Amino acid sequence: MSFLEFNTIHKRYGQVAALAGVDLRVAAGTRTAIVGPSGCGKTTLLRLIAGFEAPDRGRIVLDGEVLAEDGAAVPAHLRGIGLVAQDGALFPHLTIADNIGFGMERRETGRDARITELAYIVGLDKAILKRRPHELSGGQQQRVALARAMARKPRLMLLDEPFSALDTGLRVSMRKAVAELLETAGIATILVTHDQAEALSFADQVVVMRDGEFSQVGTPRELYLKPKDRMVAEFLGDAIILPANIRGGFAQCTLGRIAVDTKETRDNARIMLRPEQLLLKRTSREGMSGTPDMLFGEVVEVEFGGPVCMIAVRLVNSPEPRDAAAIGNTPLILRKPGLDAPAVGEIVRISATGKAHVFP
Amino acid sequence: MASANDNKPAPGPVDHHIRRVFRLMQPSPHYADAAVPFGTARGRLAGRLPVSWIMLAALTVTLFALLPLGFVVVVAIQSGWDTVYALVFRPRVGELLINTVLLTVVAVPICVALSIALAWLTERSDLPAARLWAWLSVAPLAVPAFVHSYAWVTLVPGLHGLFAGVLVSVIAYFPFVYMPIAASLRRLDPALEDAAASLGHPPWRVFLRVVLPQLRLAICGGSLLVGLHLLAEYGLFVFIRFDTFTTAIVDQFQSTFNGPAANMLAGVLVTCCLVLLAIEVLVRGEERYARVGSGAARQLRVTRLGWATVPCLLLTALVAVLSLGVPFMTIGRWLIAGGTAVWQWDEIMQTLGHTLFLAVAGGLLATIAAIPMAWLSIRAPGPLQRVLEGSNYVVGSLPGVVVALALVTITVRVALPLYQTLFTIVVAYALMFLPRALISLRASIAQAPIELERAAGSLGRRPINALWSTTIRLSAPGAAAGMALVALGIMNELTATQMLAPNGTRTLALAFWAYSSEIDYAAAAPYALIMVAVSLPLTWLLYVQSKRMAGR
Repeated sequence: MSFLEFNTIHKRYGQVAALAGVDLRVAAGTRTAIVGPSGCGKTTLLRLIAGFEAPDRGRIVLDGEVLAEDGAAVPAHLRGIGLVAQDGALFPHLTIADNIGFGMERRETGRDARITELAYIVGLDKAILKRRPHELSGGQQQRVALARAMARKPRLMLLDEPFSALDTGLRVSMRKAVAELLETAGIATILVTHDQAEALSFADQVVVMRDGEFSQVGTPRELYLKPKDRMVAEFLGDAIILPANIRGGFAQCTLGRIAVDTKETRDNARIMLRPEQLLLKRTSREGMSGTPDMLFGEVVEVEFGGPVCMIAVRLVNSPEPRDAAAIGNTPLILRKPGLDAPAVGEIVRISATGKAHVFP
Repeated sequence: MASANDNKPAPGPVDHHIRRVFRLMQPSPHYADAAVPFGTARGRLAGRLPVSWIMLAALTVTLFALLPLGFVVVVAIQSGWDTVYALVFRPRVGELLINTVLLTVVAVPICVALSIALAWLTERSDLPAARLWAWLSVAPLAVPAFVHSYAWVTLVPGLHGLFAGVLVSVIAYFPFVYMPIAASLRRLDPALEDAAASLGHPPWRVFLRVVLPQLRLAICGGSLLVGLHLLAEYGLFVFIRFDTFTTAIVDQFQSTFNGPAANMLAGVLVTCCLVLLAIEVLVRGEERYARVGSGAARQLRVTRLGWATVPCLLLTALVAVLSLGVPFMTIGRWLIAGGTAVWQWDEIMQTLGHTLFLAVAGGLLATIAAIPMAWLSIRAPGPLQRVLEGSNYVVGSLPGVVVALALVTITVRVALPLYQTLFTIVVAYALMFLPRALISLRASIAQAPIELERAAGSLGRRPINALWSTTIRLSAPGAAAGMALVALGIMNELTATQMLAPNGTRTLALAFWAYSSEIDYAAAAPYALIMVAVSLPLTWLLYVQSKRMAGR
């Protein structure tokens, strides 16, 4: 029994179909990330869940209660769903304490104590409560927004790119803190983001969206290693995509014979490798001789980038000369540790670990 | 906050709330401060365009502007406490005070409530033809207040007293509140309302607790503007026989010329103005209402009116009929009744000529006088400059009748040859409408960053040449807009013109006033029509600028 359920949700804005029939299930207490390029409809989806807009068609059910069905919808203020917006959306005319207490009853007993407690939970100092939003840093504002949303003890928490306005270091720590906090509180969470690394590290379930449809739904590992198509593959990270013939669990391609994750037999298939699956080992031109089954490449470009550097390698003895024209001139781009990276002109032996993914 | 440099000149004699709104729109408070070292360094090292000379010019303008205030103080001191006491603490002043307070206390809240309703309907609901209604809510400004009053009195001859005063004042002045509120509503961050809804608040409570508090600045500024207009207005209240300080001062002036009674009343009136300014400062507080976040603003959500559409349309239509239908219908009726006989073309052309001459001369003088102050406030802000600028705005909020009385007294006592000359009346206009010119110029100079002037200098231009080819070029449109708004004010000005203009001067307002005082309403109609027709495009300009201020 899933906690949140969408059935064939449709939403149009004039001529544009923002959502073209999406289905989703979210289990209680889990974290789901919705990721996609801007304009893919992910924010629309969030607004439908929050209740700011009603779907044209389809059904949204939360914990057994129908929130929206075919145009009719429960208004946002009756849904008990928390929301943390991109920039926090703190009320500029209220103090931090009043912001956090905004969703509570004004005469609730122990209101002040609860506000202090919430501030403590999200890691805010008590002294901050008397200040105004504009006196806070971006990270603090986001914490206030989270505390404010948690004050309502929501059934579901929606995070609308809440970390994107923060700088890199803070973003990672905030993400971690928020994930732990919501997990402890047992609140199911939906995060909308355009940052694939954020989605992969935050969620139990990742949804990749494109043009108002779900391209793929699954665990982060599943999506990263077994994407359904090229778009998903490339959206979630760098990918090396090659034409190949598949026989008996192996692919024959420009990189030689590589294990794949399927038993089927197929010609003209496409396989995908993550660049980190390719290993480089230093050797020399002399080392190449007498090993026809091994694959070698020449380093044509090295871009130093601190801990990780980008290495471009051109194949020198691809076993598939027919297709080599294509790949031979397009070097493989790999990211490797900057320490002890090969230099331009060096010959390296290329080998693959793990299995390549065959696109269905 | 991108369109920080857009300005919003207002049509009132006081525009200082807009200065505040404008300040709010600046990219950041540091912007002005950051300009300090550059500004002074420029003056000291490279430019040799001496800040001190500009400062001196600004100081001179400010001293001139302070004349009316100084006049009130000096007269009070010269008269001595006994005279002041006898003239101020008497039943007549009490009556006037009660009238004024009642009028303000009743009319201003009605203006605010009406404006909030209209602004919400035109900006945040799916009211059909919302843009049209928005424009119709601003257009009443094109009709001078005394023309509104004239229209009502000829339509309902028995109209008088407090009720009439409130009715016509609300109709004539509510756009001053509507414009800033509508602009603020457009500028609000919709994410705040979403957040409030997700925290469990139904729409009406979201409006009360989130939207309304953020309109506070706009409401305060607009109310102040209306309040000051109520204090300053003369013609409107004469038509409906409602006595205020301004009408009493003019009466006194006409009967006893430059007597101490009029001067003391002016003193009380100035005190009322200052009290209003102080109340506004207190109520407004020092809050920051700008967007906190940096995210892009989403399209504002529009509320579906549903069954309420028809009643809402009726409300907007009613307001339009009362505020525009009545004056246009009345003017039309009198024009038809008067036939071709009322179109005395040679007289009308002469009047138009006088009016345009005064409007252009006053506009030019006000703009030129505003240049040093505007330049300083952008390029070399400092404590002294802030004091100077502040006093200009305070003086700009004084009623025309006080400015006129001061200039009459001063010219009669000190420089008799200047009494009732072109020079004096143009100076009076410049003093009264200086803030309008100042706001426009300030905003447009802010749009011409100092870097451009420096770039011109580094490309080999001489300082004065660099100034001319960059800053002055770029601020010219703003200056022109400011000048147009000053001209609009002058065109519809009645009180000061009456008291100060040289004999034989005939402006549109004066001609209208002369005819309608003789109950020759038909002969007054062409002048009313011309005033409205000339004001309409300028009101459009105002409306466009108020929208631009909101970043759209």
